[in-house]
Amino acid sequence: MILRGRVIKLGDNIDTDQIYPGRYLPITEPVEMAGHAFEGIISDFLQRAKGSIIVAGKNFGCGSSREQAATALKWAGIVAVVAESFARIFFRNAINQGLPAIIGHHLDRINEGDELRIDLHLGKIEDLTTGESYPGDPLPDFLLAIIEAGGLIEKLKRSLGGG
Amino acid sequence: MTIAQRILASRVGREVKVGEIVEVDVDLAMSHDNAALVIRQFEQIGIDRVWDPTRIVIILDHRAPSESIKTSVGHKKIREFVQRQGINNFFDIGYGICHQVMIEEGFSAPGKVIVGTDSHTTSHGAVGSFATGIGATEMAGVWATGRIWFRVPPTIRIDITGRFPYRVVAKDLILKIIGMMGADGAQYKAVEFHGPLSDSLPLNERIVLSNLSMEMGAKVAIFKTEKVVPDQDAEYEQRVAVDVSDLPPQIACPHQVDNVRPVAELSGTKIDQVVIGSCTNGRIEDLREAWEVLKEGRVAKGVRLIVVPASRRIYLQALSEGIIEGMVERGAVVINPGCGPCLGAHQGLLAPGERCLATTNRNFKGRMGSPEAEIYLGSPYTAAATALTGRITDPSQL
Repeated sequence: MILRGRVIKLGDNIDTDQIYPGRYLPITEPVEMAGHAFEGIISDFLQRAKGSIIVAGKNFGCGSSREQAATALKWAGIVAVVAESFARIFFRNAINQGLPAIIGHHLDRINEGDELRIDLHLGKIEDLTTGESYPGDPLPDFLLAIIEAGGLIEKLKRSLGGG
Repeated sequence: MTIAQRILASRVGREVKVGEIVEVDVDLAMSHDNAALVIRQFEQIGIDRVWDPTRIVIILDHRAPSESIKTSVGHKKIREFVQRQGINNFFDIGYGICHQVMIEEGFSAPGKVIVGTDSHTTSHGAVGSFATGIGATEMAGVWATGRIWFRVPPTIRIDITGRFPYRVVAKDLILKIIGMMGADGAQYKAVEFHGPLSDSLPLNERIVLSNLSMEMGAKVAIFKTEKVVPDQDAEYEQRVAVDVSDLPPQIACPHQVDNVRPVAELSGTKIDQVVIGSCTNGRIEDLREAWEVLKEGRVAKGVRLIVVPASRRIYLQALSEGIIEGMVERGAVVINPGCGPCLGAHQGLLAPGERCLATTNRNFKGRMGSPEAEIYLGSPYTAAATALTGRITDPSQL
């Protein structure tokens, strides 16, 4: 699976209250969630999100277990999140939503607006703008299978569902 | 093997090694108001019945009573679902915060594997459970199959010694530890509490340590019990030793929980709102500590003190001890058991430029209202002392 997108660069410890404010938690429709991603934090996020890849520092998605953080990013058009490390619940939520979450290294050399190409199977991250490439941790096969199915629900539908 | 390894090993019937992925049966699957989202996801899978209605617990606490029509629709959907599925362990608004109710009702127990759609599910490590937070979609999968995968975590052993100084409590200790370890200091890892002080801590203080270990990324944060102890030769990835004897009251400053300093350094900072409550510090002992300070005066002019008992039982106990009456007389606003304003849903949101000192668990930007507000986290003693003066106040100096 090959992913491409322009970089939205963020820092360390981006928490889920910033990604998706608690006051919108009663929303259950993904399209509606998307409209509140980074609300009050990054003013032009929604205009830039579609087709973009978030590149962040350590501990991305720390805090609340709210999966709306991952869902909102995905439905806002984010292609993948690459970070030095992820908070564990966000990581699981992202995979379960079918949003690729990849651990990469030396990401500080990637710039806002750069064009990235990610090979999910190899865990390889290439910066097409600068020509540099970065090592990433390849995802285990059973997690790749969830992403390729389009998320955990789609995968369970196939294995358990009657439809 | 460490406690976390032993609990997982008991499920797979063999030794487990750090880093390997295991799939285990879940003993208890807990959700709160976000069960509405779990139901939405579950219904998409295309099966009719949950795997085991007796192992699902749903407790409405985050927006209790409902603050909006949207939430009311969600609550209604949950009530209809539990009826339809025969889920008897349903606690409607008013029982209190999910983690507190789970422990009070005896659901949480040593050696159990508990998953909850709430990050502070680590709280149940206080009674010896392997308990951790997951998202709503993953919970839908658990409702369908009763199973979940875990990477066997490495364990950090924290040895706690000494005696707490005057008006220094577990909240100050765990804030100190988070400050030392950092917001990702225990990421993907299990935390195990040892040492003479840990062993002698009452349950309410243990819950504070397990609960807030989430804020350094812990997957689980477990106390040993008679039933589950680590092996003599258990391997720890890291050992941390803390002596509390000289620990002054601690405070987490905006906008990260690991931004921790002694309260005295912030002394005099003007505060607009004080909140005492939450799954971290809304128990009867917390209310007693706050009352011990508050009864010496009254809430300062210009300060709003909001008190939220963590459960109905605690509320009733505090009523019978005269704490609620005394607090209300002295200017506090006491609201019903639940999460209250902790997660910024209702019952006391902050305006831009306002400052709040809370006994809750997160001080992230925007957590309790406006992203331009500031949140400080401290103990019930510190909160009450601050409510009295209107400025951040070290309770050990009062």
